[in-house]
Amino acid sequence: MPDARDAILERICSATRRGADENAPARAAEEFAAIARPYLRAGRLDAEARLHLFIDRLHDYDAHVVETSADSLPRTIANVLQQHGQRKVIAADGLPHEMLPRDFEFLAEREAGIEDLNECDGIVTVCTVAIASTGTIVLAHGPGEGARRLSLIPDRHLCVVRAHQVVETVPEAFDRLAPSATHPLTFISGPSATADIEMTRIRGVHGPRFLDVVVVR
Amino acid sequence: MRVSLFITCYNDTLFPATGQAVVRLLERLGHTVDFNPEQTCCGQMHYNTGYQQEALPLLRRFVRIYRDAEAVCVPSSSCVAMMRDHYPKMAAEQNDAGLARAVDELLPRVYELTELLVHRFGLEDVGAYFPHRVTYHASCHSQRSLHLGDLPLRLLRKVRGIELVDLPNIDRCCGFGGTFAVKMGDVSAAMLAEKMRDVENTRAEVVTAVDNSCLMHIFGGLHRQRAGVETAHIAEILAATESDEVPA
Amino acid sequence: MTIRVAESAQAPSFQKAALPLLEDAQLRRNVRHATDVIQLKRAQVVAETVDWQELRTTASDTKAHTLRYLDHYLLQFEKACTAAGGQVHWAADADDANRIVADLVRGYGGNEVIKIKTMTSDETGLNEALEHEGIRAHETDLAELIIQLGRDRPSHIVAPALHKNRSQVREIFRETMHLPDLGDRPEDLTAAARRYLREKFLRVKVGICGANFLVAETGSVCIVESEGNGRMCLTMPEVLISLAGIEKVIPSFQDLEVFLQLLPRSATGERMNPYNSLWTGVHANDGPKHFHVVLLDNGRTSVLADAEARQTLHCIRCAACLNACPVYRQTSGLAYGSSYSGPIGAIVTPQLLNMEHGQSLPYASSLCGACYEVCPVKIDIPEVLIHLRGRVVREQKSALDAEALAMKMAAAIFASRRRFEAAQRLGRLAQGPLVRKGWFGNLPGLLGNWTRVRDLRALPPQTFREWWKQRAKNAERSGHA
Ligand code: SF4
Repeated sequence: MPDARDAILERICSATRRGADENAPARAAEEFAAIARPYLRAGRLDAEARLHLFIDRLHDYDAHVVETSADSLPRTIANVLQQHGQRKVIAADGLPHEMLPRDFEFLAEREAGIEDLNECDGIVTVCTVAIASTGTIVLAHGPGEGARRLSLIPDRHLCVVRAHQVVETVPEAFDRLAPSATHPLTFISGPSATADIEMTRIRGVHGPRFLDVVVVR
Repeated sequence: MRVSLFITCYNDTLFPATGQAVVRLLERLGHTVDFNPEQTCCGQMHYNTGYQQEALPLLRRFVRIYRDAEAVCVPSSSCVAMMRDHYPKMAAEQNDAGLARAVDELLPRVYELTELLVHRFGLEDVGAYFPHRVTYHASCHSQRSLHLGDLPLRLLRKVRGIELVDLPNIDRCCGFGGTFAVKMGDVSAAMLAEKMRDVENTRAEVVTAVDNSCLMHIFGGLHRQRAGVETAHIAEILAATESDEVPA
Repeated sequence: MTIRVAESAQAPSFQKAALPLLEDAQLRRNVRHATDVIQLKRAQVVAETVDWQELRTTASDTKAHTLRYLDHYLLQFEKACTAAGGQVHWAADADDANRIVADLVRGYGGNEVIKIKTMTSDETGLNEALEHEGIRAHETDLAELIIQLGRDRPSHIVAPALHKNRSQVREIFRETMHLPDLGDRPEDLTAAARRYLREKFLRVKVGICGANFLVAETGSVCIVESEGNGRMCLTMPEVLISLAGIEKVIPSFQDLEVFLQLLPRSATGERMNPYNSLWTGVHANDGPKHFHVVLLDNGRTSVLADAEARQTLHCIRCAACLNACPVYRQTSGLAYGSSYSGPIGAIVTPQLLNMEHGQSLPYASSLCGACYEVCPVKIDIPEVLIHLRGRVVREQKSALDAEALAMKMAAAIFASRRRFEAAQRLGRLAQGPLVRKGWFGNLPGLLGNWTRVRDLRALPPQTFREWWKQRAKNAERSGHA
């Protein structure tokens, strides 16, 4: 409704005591740049402590964490899948082949319909960045990270995080995410949960009930 | 030092014992106290209830009476909060540069009683004696506006004979809130009930605070229940000594 | 233009609405428990955040800046969102917004929608409006589902069903989901909701959400949630409609690094809530094919116009102020007669309604300041409450009521030493018939609200100033002696 638009914009101008003003964008940009940001941007931990913190936080959220090396990654993934008796597992499109166990048959994301997602035992993805201080993994849904529904409908999500992807603070994560700002982004901090009934935390309402994080050192 | 007392309207009228205790205490500590009977009220009730116009003359009055004071002592944190939180803005809105300047110059010399003792005089032990089980309620303005922190507790800890017990949920509002207590009487009563439960759980004989307003409310509830718990403004505890014949 | 905030124009005063709630021991127990738990969790995760105050300051500065240039940032958002394949609509009031949404739903041939919890749609009464048009709205947030199926009102901004306990929830689910054998463990109830909703997630073609943040720079929308119902509604339907207040816009993508630290810690006491989703317009092969944003004014521009109360629009709806509020704790949000409750409700509802309704709300506070202390965007709620009380008094339609008269009299008394002292003496004289054994019995009028639950000591025989004068006289006499 164009008249509502004009009316609202005009009310804003008169409320803020500014007339329609050609220079507003420039002045806004200038004032915006002047906003002080004295909060912590860069973390203070070394790589080892950072990973520790990350794993600690994940445990806090009831995520299941396994550490491994690049060489043993396929083995580790196979173990995790086996441990939970997962048979039908979907691999995100674009996942590097060399990280997947060869003796395990994955369903490709592009071949999986909604029914497959609803019925499968789990999925495997990588991520774009992970945040130690909050125990968060961030998917930008590029290659290997799957479309958004992939990490949503199934009950189990295995996410591979490489040590160099782990930053300590939220601002550091946003620095790394800047190139993906207009991608769909999903921040995942532990399995889906609710505390709506008597503040009792219950895992797995609609999203995956189980989150396995494989940390590659 | 010469200390000018702003006793506040409700202490003057309802709690003269508090003012007397302040005088006794300050004189015992070697200071001279003066009291200008022109003083009335800081304007808080009006201001906080929405009658901001009516509060303005009281600001002017306060400034007129105290502008030359060396130090102003106020045994009520909420009145000090009124001055610090609102006087500068009220003065600024009058477009009266003289008034605004006078407020700015005066406010740093206005002290809540425990601020005066600890910050200005550098005292914690004021030589008091009060052999009772006491719990301290941190009034909202004392903590969130004046940020007194543990000043009152530091003074109380040095009182001889006192048995000081922590009040659970010490920072939760007692439900007084000025005209709130009558405008929202039922909700205020529910808040008071929680506070009384906390007080009774301490098994204290006396509840103290830096504001008689909260204490009037808390004591009103305790007395209605015949709880057998007294209240006393902190000045009355700090003024008490071994030679006092009638303990609280 | 008619501004409406849920049913608040018809709501009784806070005092009245509070009465039955204060009697409801179960509700009060539930509220105390819930707010105690959240507050404790919040306190822990805030304490470990060493730069908490710095984050608050930047957030507050960012919001204040954005509001100064709100038109600019909204236009920037509109342009970016449109370029990314979204469509932006503008709604002057609640009816406008509801009409736009209903038209869109029908335009896509839908007669059902799935919804993420949005306070804004509760504000506009969207569900009822859709129902009127023959469109069925399914709430998918667990708490909202409890409210919807139980035909109740939300009592909290973040956890709208916190006034219900497990057995009350079980009763609602048993009846409406036809599950006679349902247990009352939170696990059972959550599982029942999962089953009930999953089919809808996979079938319904239109999703409706609010927005926690609109990013002007990129045209992105951000939604913060816990259960995954949000992600379902954002991802599975073909059409997604976001209804957002105009104050939800923030300048840049990077600002989220501040707000996403403040919001989860303040709201649920988590370092980060389980899911945050961001999307920008329409994404190829991922999620809805059509995306619409409805930007809602509904009184927000008049809040903006009041410079002293403008900070109300900083709110990110974390509900920390509700959890900390000792008044909210007694009554729950149901006493506030609006979608918005607690301290923020007390300031936002009457302002949206241009102070024409909800005048009792600014008085529903003891001004204890706990709300300001916890607010992640530093809204000085007590200051705004006092300002709004001033507006209530100044804009009062009925001339001098009893209270105003008493206040005027008190002002006259305080204006003069002579009158003040006379009033003190008069009070002592006049109290005579009301006093028994040194205590007031039941006082008349407003003061009766005091003596109904509390005793009040009679005025002492001597005021402080009389004592002072007496002392001076005594000193003089002994000096002469
Ligand atoms: S006013 Fe502040 S504390 Fe209250 S809901 Fe809004 S942001 Fe949160």
